[in-house]
Amino acid sequence: MRFSDWIFALHLLSAFSLIAGLVLFWVLIIAGRNIDTPGDTLRLGPVARVGTATVGAGMVGTIVFGVWLAFARDSYAIWDGWIIAAIVLWIIGATVGRKTGEEYMNAPKKALELEEAGQTGPNPELLALNRTSRGVLMHAATSMVALLIIIDMIWKPGA
Amino acid sequence: MSVVATLQPSSGNLPLFVHVLGAMILVGGLVAGASALAFAKGDPRMLRLGFWSLMLVSFPGWVIMRLGAQWIYSKEGWDKVPDKFVPSWIGIGFLIADAGGLILVITLILGGIGVRRLQAGKGAGLLKAVLVLSVVLLAAYVVAVWAMAGKPG
Repeated sequence: MRFSDWIFALHLLSAFSLIAGLVLFWVLIIAGRNIDTPGDTLRLGPVARVGTATVGAGMVGTIVFGVWLAFARDSYAIWDGWIIAAIVLWIIGATVGRKTGEEYMNAPKKALELEEAGQTGPNPELLALNRTSRGVLMHAATSMVALLIIIDMIWKPGA
Repeated sequence: MSVVATLQPSSGNLPLFVHVLGAMILVGGLVAGASALAFAKGDPRMLRLGFWSLMLVSFPGWVIMRLGAQWIYSKEGWDKVPDKFVPSWIGIGFLIADAGGLILVITLILGGIGVRRLQAGKGAGLLKAVLVLSVVLLAAYVVAVWAMAGKPG
């Protein structure tokens, strides 16, 4: 394997890490729709942290190894239209993804408040935060951007 | 050269998309399932979440990934090429995909029994085995992704 093949392998593994994290968050979003107690909400925390770590590693890995690859392979150039499109989509995805994360932090914050107040039973406000439509829409938008990046990477329009 | 000549040009972007998307869903389901099982600490809700992530996310992902792989294999004409001329990275991919699929099915059967035992209050031992198998599958699929990307041999 050439050096650039290793970079490509790391780029692809990073993409898998990123999408795996997005899939994990879909699982948590669906699981969270029936959760109305602070204990059950907070129990999802460690799993969400795995998702945050895999998405974070994926975001950093895809851009670092992707740009590296654009310079390492003669057949690619950083100013190729499909590479610029991917970078723009990556920035959009990162921005929307960060806002999605902030939206989904409201439920664990509320759960902590309730626990500190000694309220461990079902809470309708907590259920509403776990069912946030805004969060679902934003995560759908992030996932759609990720899908567009995959399509861009595979079809390489204009290459 | 005649072997190379029998291969069709790489026009298989759609099959590749299907294959990659399926593999990503498969890996995502494995990460979600393994994480839920690892952090469950005996909580039935989390253990069930782990199992159902594997069943409803990873398994469909595996099916899509495997269909995509076969589609690429036929479209690019590898099925018309003698085995000895097929590159080793394709062999690695199929080996891991098929063996991994078998392990995934075994994992799901164990998980299904484990969830039933959990409902009957008989402990979560089988679901711990499911966690171990999920981590083994994840490691195997990391190797498969590396082989598909680097194409050694």
